[in-house]
Amino acid sequence: MSGENLPGRVYGSLLAARRWHPAEIAFWLLAVVVYFALPRQLLLLNEIAILALFALSLDLILGYAGIVSLGHAAFLGMGAYVAGLLALHVTADPLIGLVAASAASALLGLVTSPLVLKGNDLTRLMVTLGIGLLMLELANSLSFITGGADGLQGIVMGNLLGVFEFDLFGKTAYAYSLSVLFILFLIARRIVHSPFGLSLRAIRDNSLRATAAGVPRNGRLAAVYTLSAAYAGAAGALLAQTTSFVSLDVLDFHRSADVMLVLILGGPGWLYGGLVGSIAFKFLQDLIAGWTPQYWQFWIGLLLVLFVLGGREILHGGIKGLVARIPFLQRGRRP
Amino acid sequence: MSAALQTTGLSKTFGGITASDDINFTLERGARHALIGPNGAGKTTFVNLLTGVLKPTAGTVTLNGKDITGLSREARVRRGMARTFQINQLFATMTPLEMIAAVTSERLGLGSRLFRSMTGERALIDETADILARFRLDDIMDETISTLPYGKQRQIEIAAAFAAKPSVLLLDEPAAGVPEAERKELLDTVAALPADVSVLLIEHDMDIVFRFATRITVLVNGRVLAEDAPDIVARDPAVRAAYLGEAGHG
Repeated sequence: MSGENLPGRVYGSLLAARRWHPAEIAFWLLAVVVYFALPRQLLLLNEIAILALFALSLDLILGYAGIVSLGHAAFLGMGAYVAGLLALHVTADPLIGLVAASAASALLGLVTSPLVLKGNDLTRLMVTLGIGLLMLELANSLSFITGGADGLQGIVMGNLLGVFEFDLFGKTAYAYSLSVLFILFLIARRIVHSPFGLSLRAIRDNSLRATAAGVPRNGRLAAVYTLSAAYAGAAGALLAQTTSFVSLDVLDFHRSADVMLVLILGGPGWLYGGLVGSIAFKFLQDLIAGWTPQYWQFWIGLLLVLFVLGGREILHGGIKGLVARIPFLQRGRRP
Repeated sequence: MSAALQTTGLSKTFGGITASDDINFTLERGARHALIGPNGAGKTTFVNLLTGVLKPTAGTVTLNGKDITGLSREARVRRGMARTFQINQLFATMTPLEMIAAVTSERLGLGSRLFRSMTGERALIDETADILARFRLDDIMDETISTLPYGKQRQIEIAAAFAAKPSVLLLDEPAAGVPEAERKELLDTVAALPADVSVLLIEHDMDIVFRFATRITVLVNGRVLAEDAPDIVARDPAVRAAYLGEAGHG
């Protein structure tokens, strides 16, 4: 059983874990196809792509490092305001805004990271919630910069790469958001399969053992928290740039709650959870809101409760069963 | 040559209670040394002082001749001290391969590399394969750890500590809770640890102690009551009174 070439088998297993699954390729092709197939839905698709990036950002800390957060909107909002202010006062170039917004959010993440290193999940929930509230109130009271309750208005973005104009139908917006999502996804995918990513999973699974194996827990968690904040900042920048508007809503608690819901819906810890979850969330939101506009939150709430109380296993199990029946999707799976 | 691990006047008090009282202890290089004592003797406190979980009230700990009293837990691991836990502490969602690779990559200093690919690291792959083979985990290396039988999990617990390439290995009741059928394989693993690794075994089970250890230290009420070869310790009237007499109250 043990075979002669164990290093070769170890190599094979490590390679299989990070090899592209056919379903992944299909997923991204589909994201491109809908650009052409659903020209009337591009604004909605843009919203989905941004929400997906925001949820991907949460997945990095929740799914891979086990850090729960109810204040992730702090980083989304930071990114949105920085991108908006930059467009209003400094430069209308979207890519410069994107990079600056990510950097600002990363800095906020780095500065606040010591606060989430200590304590249990409850402490972290309260600390992150608190940071979220602080940022909201800060933006509200600094109205001479942020425009307070009126928000930042009159943002006019320059052309993307100097060529593509942001149009009313969301063509440029979706292409832009999807491209940013894809590039950041590739980076995240690379990172979670790196030795660094493995050490995060080690900390998430068992902090005591990770420390006993010599993993510097605090440094690693601070690093991924900063990275996640940068991702959320990028999502905030996309939001500000593609809607030409920033208001206090980007820092509101419901943003943090929604993104958590999205990630739980899609399943944390496999990178696609936030992506699939954001599609499901927006789809449900649209469906239920069209059917019963006043009460859509009731239904999404009910769904959430049923989902985490057991529906999740049934649904995810069903999907796995389905995938197992499709021979095409079997290639690339581990032997 | 200096001892693998040595403590001098090591003491720890919690409020008014002395959990470790002036412990002078030496683990020789390549030793197979057992630490025994009744419940509440201070074995756990002593291990926590050695590994850096607790800071001593007084005294020093030296590892291979270097004072490590002020070092953090991770720093001690990097200096060559690894341990297993009485209750398994595993990366339960990982496969044995991933868990061993995680420990090994940390030892090789790769853990902070965000963009490095594990498949490109020859040393990581070879060392991981080596540990998997040594602990006979190769045929289950792609299973999820949480689904494996308890005896196998116990093997992984020891393999993970060993993967840190320690010069000093602390085994905290390695066979605890392992069913009789899986016990032999586990004890064989412990017996087959390479001679250049100094092993301190913290153990309740006298069968294991007398089978494995060439030297025994008896800890009672936070103090070293006796230290000698197994047959001499077994005959020591003080040990029999303090330890064996109380063992019944367990």
